[in-house]
Amino acid sequence: MRYGMAIDALKCVGCSDCVVACQTENNVPIGYCRDWIVEKTTGTYPQLQMEIRSERCNHCSNAPCVRSCPTSASHYGKGGIVLVDENACIGCKACIASCPYDARFIHPEGYVDKCTFCLHRVEKGQDPACVAVCPTKCMYFGDLDDPRSEVSQIMKKRKWKTLIPEAGTSPNIFYLI
Amino acid sequence: MNILNKKPIRSSDTASVSPGSMYEEVPLITGNQTFSSVTEKICSIVENDPPKMWYVLFGISLSLLLMLVGSVGYLIWEGTGIWGLNNPVGWGWAIVNFVFWVGIGHAGTLISAVLYLFRQKWRTSINRFAEAMTIFAVICALLFPTIHVGRIWVLYWFFPIPNQMEMWPNFRSPLLWDVFAVSIYFTVSLLFWYVGLVPDLATLRDRAKTKARRVLFGILSLGWRGGNRHWRHYELGYLILAGLSTPLVLSVHSVVSTDFATSIIPGWHTTIFPPYFVAGAIFSGFAMVMTLAIIARKAFGMEDFITIGHLEKMAKIIMVTGLMVGYAYSMEFFIAWYSGNEYEKFTFINRAFGNYAWGYWIMVSCNVLIPQFFWSRKMRTNVTVLFILSIFVNIGMWFERFVIIVSSLSRDYIPSSWDYYSPTIWDISVFLGSFGLFFTLFLLFIRFLPMISMTEVKGVLPQADPHHDMYHNSGDK
Repeated sequence: MRYGMAIDALKCVGCSDCVVACQTENNVPIGYCRDWIVEKTTGTYPQLQMEIRSERCNHCSNAPCVRSCPTSASHYGKGGIVLVDENACIGCKACIASCPYDARFIHPEGYVDKCTFCLHRVEKGQDPACVAVCPTKCMYFGDLDDPRSEVSQIMKKRKWKTLIPEAGTSPNIFYLI
Repeated sequence: MNILNKKPIRSSDTASVSPGSMYEEVPLITGNQTFSSVTEKICSIVENDPPKMWYVLFGISLSLLLMLVGSVGYLIWEGTGIWGLNNPVGWGWAIVNFVFWVGIGHAGTLISAVLYLFRQKWRTSINRFAEAMTIFAVICALLFPTIHVGRIWVLYWFFPIPNQMEMWPNFRSPLLWDVFAVSIYFTVSLLFWYVGLVPDLATLRDRAKTKARRVLFGILSLGWRGGNRHWRHYELGYLILAGLSTPLVLSVHSVVSTDFATSIIPGWHTTIFPPYFVAGAIFSGFAMVMTLAIIARKAFGMEDFITIGHLEKMAKIIMVTGLMVGYAYSMEFFIAWYSGNEYEKFTFINRAFGNYAWGYWIMVSCNVLIPQFFWSRKMRTNVTVLFILSIFVNIGMWFERFVIIVSSLSRDYIPSSWDYYSPTIWDISVFLGSFGLFFTLFLLFIRFLPMISMTEVKGVLPQADPHHDMYHNSGDK
């Protein structure tokens, strides 16, 4: 089993509902977020293109954060989800320095925090909070190893890309383009 | 001509060759010193009251140390949020300072161990306080990663100690390699320093005028009596420790460099980091030894022991390692261009012309341009010039670490995450406080322990040579 997410960059309108839902679901402290919206404009006026993306931890299969963590607080959980054991984290910030996606932050309690794919919901058979609330239904979550899952199906039909493939991290967040 | 009967050239001979000879060499110790004058001169610093300036400097250092204690206390109370860290710059001044101090700590063991194995006799006048400097610098270095972890009370999780949480360190993490590399380096350096001190501590014990000093130095000198057996064991132990220390000189900063090199951040992920860091460490370490040596020789009138010849040799090492560092800087640019990696290219152009370009050019000026003055013998033998330039090198090497760490993190892969890092007053107070810690320890060292190794300096005096004319003339061997 390998959990992954596909995000339709053509359908995302950048409403930030996913950000608010995540903060509410996971009690993310005010001023912090586990996911965020990026609006990227390319081209030269008047030939401009805008891409809107909901970004978060990429739950890489070859995660540099897991490798660099001295206490193994950063680890692979169920379905390859990259998790931080907050009780084992000493706050050294090696994972923050090594993450090419800047997906981690120091929680005011002193440990490192990040997206968990809402594992507590996934274990109950629910979608992550961000996926569940998306008004344009631009996010697809599921088992990438299961060819019948919605996420596997949509990735077969559509073109997709990952962020910074050059980093060699094998991310499990895919952007449909 | 029977070359086997030819008299070998000895240092005592070369020192007395007439001016203009190709073998002309400045004596290692000047002022016609004898064994007893060496003992008197070096012990007098420890046995008499220090000059007033010592008290002034000690007061300043202690004040800075107290500032450090206060700042660290507040840091532990409030957390690392009081520093200027942000996302993506999770490693700021604390890690810059860590690498800076580890680098400073390199020269001592290099002088003690590597130059010892290569039989560089000129090391004898500077090795003791260079080793002390190493130990104090490594203490400062160890402070920073310790306080940089947000939860200092669970720092022992770094170590493979069985615990109720069934936690075990991740040996793939370079941070863990750091813990072992730096702590082993510290332990071996301390041991090496202490072993070298034993005969001198015995001298202080024998000269002690109070019972307290006699007992204290008696305990510390481990019953040293200077017998043939003691010397044999001492020399062997010293040689073994030199052999053990030598690979550590190379390994410590190599390991430190892997904190960055094994990461995938542009500007860090490069194979030249280990040799580049080691060269930089020797460069900065020698600059700090130079700074301290010039102050010490002036303050305590040690010009006969730390001669201009010693300073000149150090200047040459600074120049050579400075060239190596400069080569590494240029190779980083070449590799970034040659690799064709857009991120790497951007990172290095950004270093030179981006938000932190001021830091980059300070680094290049201090580390590449300024050491070029040392091509001139006139500059290498001018104490004022040496002192000023050594401070510039120290500044430059701090900026090198700042540029590597902060400029890479603040402009990493995703532009939407970019941010500008600025230190807060707490970053600055901890940094300045670390100098307080360093100089407090160093001033205590020169006050209470012989800052120059009497044993080793006597060993390079002409009289120490069993073939010296003195013995032939008197018939006393």
